[in-house]
Amino acid sequence: MADLRTTLVGHTFRNPLWLASGIWGESGNSLKGAWEAGAGGVVTKSIGSQPRMGYPNPTVVTYEKWGMLNAMGLPNPGIEEYPQEIGIARSAGAAVIGSVFGADAEEFAQLAARMAATGVLALELNLSCPHAKGLGSGIGQDPDQVREVVRAVKRAVKIPVIAKITPNHYDVASLAQAAESAGADAISAINTVRALAIDVRLRRPVLAHGLGGLSGPAIKPIGLACVWQIYERVRIPIIGIGGIEHADDVIEYVLAGARAVQLGTAVAFRGIGIFSGLAKELSERLDALKVHRLEEIVGGAHTTATPQ
Amino acid sequence: MVETPNTVTLRFRYAPPAGPGQFVMIWIPGDDELPMSLSYTGDPKGVTIKAMGDTSRRTLSLPVGTLVGIRGPYGNQFDLDPRRILAVGGGSGTAVLAPAAEAAAQRGSRIVAALGATTAPELLFVDRMKAISEKVEVATDDGSRGHHGFVTDVSRRLLAEQPFDAVWTCGPEVMMKKVISAADERRVPVFCSMERQMKCALGMCDACALGPYHVCTDGPVFPASRLTPIAEFGRTKRDSSGRRVPL
Ligand SMILES: Cc1cc2nc3c(=O)[nH]c(=O)nc-3n(C[C@H](O)[C@H](O)[C@H](O)COP(=O)(O)O)c2cc1C
Ligand code: FES
Repeated sequence: MADLRTTLVGHTFRNPLWLASGIWGESGNSLKGAWEAGAGGVVTKSIGSQPRMGYPNPTVVTYEKWGMLNAMGLPNPGIEEYPQEIGIARSAGAAVIGSVFGADAEEFAQLAARMAATGVLALELNLSCPHAKGLGSGIGQDPDQVREVVRAVKRAVKIPVIAKITPNHYDVASLAQAAESAGADAISAINTVRALAIDVRLRRPVLAHGLGGLSGPAIKPIGLACVWQIYERVRIPIIGIGGIEHADDVIEYVLAGARAVQLGTAVAFRGIGIFSGLAKELSERLDALKVHRLEEIVGGAHTTATPQ
Repeated sequence: MVETPNTVTLRFRYAPPAGPGQFVMIWIPGDDELPMSLSYTGDPKGVTIKAMGDTSRRTLSLPVGTLVGIRGPYGNQFDLDPRRILAVGGGSGTAVLAPAAEAAAQRGSRIVAALGATTAPELLFVDRMKAISEKVEVATDDGSRGHHGFVTDVSRRLLAEQPFDAVWTCGPEVMMKKVISAADERRVPVFCSMERQMKCALGMCDACALGPYHVCTDGPVFPASRLTPIAEFGRTKRDSSGRRVPL
């Protein structure tokens, strides 16, 4: 059995398959459930300073095989009430990563400090939500602002900081470089890809918010390219996200440069059992490929070829 | 079709197969998208809407011919195997019990129903249930029809009078909790159809989290034995932001 453990942000994770932010992460019981189902780490829903209801429904549109579109609008219970949920997850022994979003560096730093106080092992900064104005992606589109936010957060907390990068930018690696230069401990990429669905009979966008973010198998090649480019330009670990469902998806991300990955849409398509199922599938596949430790092959595709 | 002064049934042709207990997401363009249990699962399908929140009120005043969106069906179904079933519906909760009782009756199960509402005109599907039940008893809070008081009193008495293999219930959670405790005394398993805030209906966004479960994919029908250990059951739900609020 191949060794799936992976070490990053000062922690050795039992496997590289983390629960992505926004999936199952609003309540502590669900985080606990994902951990007990075998996730290597669990990322919380992105939490803000105040409770937020999110956008009205419809908030999702599904496509049979290739993914879904969502504009939840960052609903979350707010940092005041959220620590009780983290408490539930931590009491089950879960490796919890706390995700936060803010409108500016100061708000990010304040939130980060409060999130760190809950005992999470690392923070993930949501610099990348494609459909919430001024929250996340506006800031996340500008390398200078990314640098400023990460720097402010690093000053405010002692725990490791992961910067989650948007794919909706012409030079994604520049955003990762900005985060690294400000002291980020890891990069996660990608968040959803800006997208739209229209109902032809009603002649209007289906999502109440109009624009949304695409996730699932359709975005895997995009996520892979982002991870590839980021790996070429930063030295800190990368967590690959986007359309991961099968063992080869994970291996592709690892070969592109990821040290861990996150799963979102696949949880809806294949159920929470995907964590234990995929860990087994991955281990078997690595055995067949004669890879003993997953960590051996991180970035392994860069040595043989170098697409620009 | 108008069922009660506050309740209307919408029938529609929608091909995907559905079973009793399941729900659909109904999109009122420009307004909202709401989870609704199917009150008719054959062809045409139907949902029975009670005017409660703003959207359901507006939905009930939509002009005929308005296009709405439907996705689903989602969720699990009632197990139709029990031979002697007591169906306990509170208010619009009867909407989901009716198609389940019809399906079970058609397969030879015997149905007894206890239906409650605040007042006589708000009693839902009494005739529909009578058509397939051995017995239907009603209760109203104001005594305008049937037992003056709670439907839970009626169901407790029915449980004492005759044996059942299962109790099905849908309605306010405090009501369902009382139904469960009465059935527990006689060791009759209870199945509850639960309601929570829904957004994705795909087991993803966590809006409908109830203890360790997601109502949209693990439910909406739960055996009571799974619900009673959950501290939130009958006490709190989550608002759109995920904050715990009293029921
Ligand atoms: C319903 C939904 C809600 C999400 N909420 C968040 C969020 O709150 N914060 C965040 O950083 N990413 C959020 N995401 C993005 C995911 O974490 C992930 O980056 C994206 O879905 C791509 O991965 P996937 O293809 O495996 O789903 C959300 C995605 C979905 C589908
Ligand atoms: S409604 Fe989204 S998880 Fe159930």
